[in-house]
Amino acid sequence: MAENATVWEVFIQSKNGLAHKHAGNVHADDKIMALENARELYTRRNEGSCIWVVKSEHITSSESEDSEAFFDPSNDKMYRHPTFYTMPEGSKHI
Amino acid sequence: MSSLFTYTLRIADSSLILGQRMSEWCSNGPTLEEDIALSNISLDMFGQANGFYEYAAQLDGTKSADDLAFKRNEREFFNHQMVEIENGHFGNTMVRNFLHDAFNFLFYTELANSKDETLAALAAKSLKEVKYHLRHSSNWLIRLGDGTEESNLKVQDSLNEIWQFTNELFEMDEIDTELLNSGIAVDNKALKEQWNTIVNNTLSKAKLTRPEDAYMATGGKKGMHTEYLGFILAEMQFLQRAYPNAKW
Amino acid sequence: MNETKFQERIDAEKKIEPKDWMPDAYRKHLIRQISQHAHSEIIGMQPEGNWITRAPSLRAKMILLAKVQDEAGHGLYLYSACETLGISREELVKQLHDGKAKYSSIFNYPTLSWADMGAIGWLVDGAAIVNQVSLQRTSYGPYSRGMVKICKEESFHQRQGYEIMAEMAKGTPEQKAMAQDALNRFWWPSIMMFGPQDSDSPRTGNAMKWKIKRQTNDALRQDFIDKTVGQAEVIGLTIPDPDLKWNEERGSYDFGEMDWDEFWNVVNGNGPCNKQRLAHHKKAHDEGEWVRNAAKAYAKKQELVAN
Repeated sequence: MAENATVWEVFIQSKNGLAHKHAGNVHADDKIMALENARELYTRRNEGSCIWVVKSEHITSSESEDSEAFFDPSNDKMYRHPTFYTMPEGSKHI
Repeated sequence: MSSLFTYTLRIADSSLILGQRMSEWCSNGPTLEEDIALSNISLDMFGQANGFYEYAAQLDGTKSADDLAFKRNEREFFNHQMVEIENGHFGNTMVRNFLHDAFNFLFYTELANSKDETLAALAAKSLKEVKYHLRHSSNWLIRLGDGTEESNLKVQDSLNEIWQFTNELFEMDEIDTELLNSGIAVDNKALKEQWNTIVNNTLSKAKLTRPEDAYMATGGKKGMHTEYLGFILAEMQFLQRAYPNAKW
Repeated sequence: MNETKFQERIDAEKKIEPKDWMPDAYRKHLIRQISQHAHSEIIGMQPEGNWITRAPSLRAKMILLAKVQDEAGHGLYLYSACETLGISREELVKQLHDGKAKYSSIFNYPTLSWADMGAIGWLVDGAAIVNQVSLQRTSYGPYSRGMVKICKEESFHQRQGYEIMAEMAKGTPEQKAMAQDALNRFWWPSIMMFGPQDSDSPRTGNAMKWKIKRQTNDALRQDFIDKTVGQAEVIGLTIPDPDLKWNEERGSYDFGEMDWDEFWNVVNGNGPCNKQRLAHHKKAHDEGEWVRNAAKAYAKKQELVAN
């Protein structure tokens, strides 16, 4: 059978409390197998405390051609960053 | 030989021989992901074997863990016969592992309460690994049993063939009884009921039929084996035997 | 994007990502190189796998198995990277079986003693690491990230091999002879792992321009030799090259002529184990087919139930 296996993206939480981070992908036919395969491949060295798997086809990505339109407009919104503001000399805990 | 030494050795031997069989899968798995999974199981089994051999060596006082693994013959090995049978195809291996994992899971759960602290600690550590093994082999049994017609027939055949090695897991001899009475050993017989529940549930999910008990193998813990064991040992022990004075 | 803009990005050391525009030749070059790399990891499991059941101690057994298992993992990382270029793993494996894709020739040599596990870890992994460290800076993002992960995990591989060699070199006379013999057999194939000399490597130009490769075959080979000579001395083994000599002026070792006839022979399928390695891989793949089909069928049934 020439049918390709399903590809799943793997996200690993390395420690309780941290965000899940993309680790790579695995092939698997069902979600249990995907979790187990991800565990075998990406946590051989004690790297994980939780794993997410999601079928690759369910991920939508922005296109790099769109990157200017997507991301440049936030460049000039410096007022979103705390360093934009001038604090009076001597003020603390702010 | 003390009873505790022999008891520990039996556990170590079953772990080692199953680990050895599982390591034969390396580069032969049905998918690359599964190849890695099978190696992981093998590594767990070697780790468990190593722990129990270290303890046996300590009880013995003259031999090292490696001496115990590499310098004994068939009749001095006390593993379950189930772990020495050939891997066969992937379905065979998963059936064998499932039946053994279900036993190991119950066995280590009990042994973790042993009055012997070292055995209890080794069991508690092994239990974590075996829980995962049982999950892995159960899931595969269900996939293969409830997969295609071909896969169902194949694993049903495997089950029928391997069934004869299940009874041995629950046998008790005088060493087991002696250590059970002192709160060290597990009552293997008492595990059978729970084992039946696990096995029956999984077989039903896998659309497989539990075979009838017919001829049942016996004697592993007395050093009685299938003819396969001799070849496993010949291969495994080759370097230690050929160069007895060498260190590696 | 066009080729000029693409080259500007490359020259600015920007990584190329899967969805970015890239010249067809760049994509093709990457698929060829990454899949060859992936196949090498996978076929490379066999010569060492050959000794797992015979490893001489419990420790050695676990280390070797963990190492060979890592190679399976590294093969997977690389197949993943290659898949981002729009080709499936199934197709890549098919190319391997059809003889269209190559893998590193080093794995077509037989492993005949336990010392070969030492020689492979020390020399073959050593050579691979020199190459892979350099490839961490490759221009294709997924390949580069794969290399970073692989380099991190492989750091123990070379050490375990060197440890085996060191242990045997100071062991019984028989062990020392095995270690020297392994070095003799694996030395030349190892330094040929870096590929043909730059003058005979037609694709190097593009690969360097696109920063797929960051250093040439000859530069990497020299780096490896310079690192390894001293390690052999430390454990009292002799590198089988009478022309090996420190060159003060270059600050590097001069070394003898490689047997390129043998190299091309093995590359083209006429090495001692070429047929065996492919047959082994194909057999495992074929024997796994009913399992893969069963898993797919089961997954489909589950989806039907869920919907």
